[in-house]
Amino acid sequence: MMKKLQLALQINKLNKIYSDGTVALKSISFEVNKGDFFGLLGPNGAGKTTAIEIITSITNKTSGSVTINNIDIDSNFPLAKKKLGFVPQELNFNIFETPLQIILKQAGYYGIMRKDVTSRAEYLLKKLRLWDKKDTPCRNLSGGMKRRLMIVRALIHEPELLLLDEPTAGIDVELRREMLSFIKEINNSGTTIILTTHYLEEAESLCNNVAIIDNGEIIKKSSVKDLIKTLDTETFILNLENNISTAPKILDYNFTMIDSNTLAVEINNKQNLNDLFSKLSKSKIKVLSLKNKANRLEEYFIKLTENKIR
Amino acid sequence: MKNLCLVSLYTLLRAEILRITRIWPQTIIPPIITSTLYYLIFGKLIGTRIGTMAGTDYIVFITPGLIIMSLITNSYMNVVSSFYFARFSKSIEEILISPMLNLVILIGYISAGIFRGMIVAFLVLLVSLFFTSIKLYSICLTIFIAFLASLLMSLFGFLNGMFARTFDDTTIVSTFLLTPLIYLGGIFYTTSLLPKPWDLIATLNPILHIVNAFRYAMIGVTDVNVINAILIIILSCVLLTVISLILLTKGYGIRK
Repeated sequence: MMKKLQLALQINKLNKIYSDGTVALKSISFEVNKGDFFGLLGPNGAGKTTAIEIITSITNKTSGSVTINNIDIDSNFPLAKKKLGFVPQELNFNIFETPLQIILKQAGYYGIMRKDVTSRAEYLLKKLRLWDKKDTPCRNLSGGMKRRLMIVRALIHEPELLLLDEPTAGIDVELRREMLSFIKEINNSGTTIILTTHYLEEAESLCNNVAIIDNGEIIKKSSVKDLIKTLDTETFILNLENNISTAPKILDYNFTMIDSNTLAVEINNKQNLNDLFSKLSKSKIKVLSLKNKANRLEEYFIKLTENKIR
Repeated sequence: MKNLCLVSLYTLLRAEILRITRIWPQTIIPPIITSTLYYLIFGKLIGTRIGTMAGTDYIVFITPGLIIMSLITNSYMNVVSSFYFARFSKSIEEILISPMLNLVILIGYISAGIFRGMIVAFLVLLVSLFFTSIKLYSICLTIFIAFLASLLMSLFGFLNGMFARTFDDTTIVSTFLLTPLIYLGGIFYTTSLLPKPWDLIATLNPILHIVNAFRYAMIGVTDVNVINAILIIILSCVLLTVISLILLTKGYGIRK
């Protein structure tokens, strides 16, 4: 008998119509298993943030239900919310307060006494390299520090479900890598994570399952592995040793010239790279290196939204 | 649940009191300077020429009014500015995502307003002692009415903070409604000086009831029925509490 997976989050027929008549969500439903790293993906204005903000009750829903760890947020919201941590897209703390004040205050809002959370605050601030700035007013922190502070704040009450709304938007590559590694670490320790992001390579490398939302509707729900399996073509960029004047004409392969020593080639799932290289070699074209044009999830995402437009 | 309510209330109140003390040049000093000027000009310079009002020295007559005026404006301004700033900076979301109950949110903000109002009122009372001596008619009634007045004004400020869409909206009510009502609320005069029908029209001003109830508690002089005044204040507090809780539950102005 198959063991039934426990759910960290259950969204059922969620609708949101804003007061100006904008329909942000159209009866969306999805589930997230406990311990999962789940990606909620979609273009700007698709409804990702609205969905996340309804779960955190920053936004009122029009209809539908939200259940966190089998607790309906309408019937027992204090218990449901205790399980939840949230890192919003925009900064939302008092810039005149210090990181330590903000974190201890957040713990207090969750019913945790200051003395019971001091050591955890120290651990998290040190972990995200904010300990030295713990008594600095937040208006004097850098953008990256402010983003890290929001992660510390969201984790202070040890939530079972962590919602991250574009946590790495607008931060440098090194910091992004560091933050994502920490988030992965949290997930490995058992915290369920829901991530919304524009960076699809982030989703591909971190998420086990994703839902793609567009125009307020879920247009795809699947595991990342299964999504990638459905891709029938991938585009590779070839860096050539010699300069060429025109794109080669080799049967079965579709080449596009980027510049005199760079080519793009589409490979479908029935073709293989060995065959391509041998045919290029016969045409006296030597390949120095190759890379994916875009990450695979991004290609899938573009395909899906293009199909929809058609 | 009890622990959650107590700890979250303590946390919110602590944060609010820290805010009041952090910006003390804006919150504590101005009412002391203003009341000192009032005592100098209206109490010493003009007051000595007026002589008595309602059978008491003019400077003694205006003292309860000056104290309650500072209490009213500070309780009101504390809540409206703090709550609106939390909305403006989105730091209100720290509270909205937490398991705090709406009643606890309301009590937290209101208590901070009462705290600031009472502190300022006490400091203005100390200032008054440099200019005159006052024998309190009833200490308990004075504290009780001061508490009710700051509660009412804090609730009023909370509602203004919810409805405000811009920083200007937080001052419009105080400039165009509260300040005229305060100055026409019998701080500097007794309504018996007003010609008919203005003496009756003046009783429609809720601030008049607060000022007179407080004056009665401090020096035993009033233009209105004190029991009725207290009932009016209590009923207004209940009404504003219910409205605030309904709006909080609906998420008016704070949830999208």
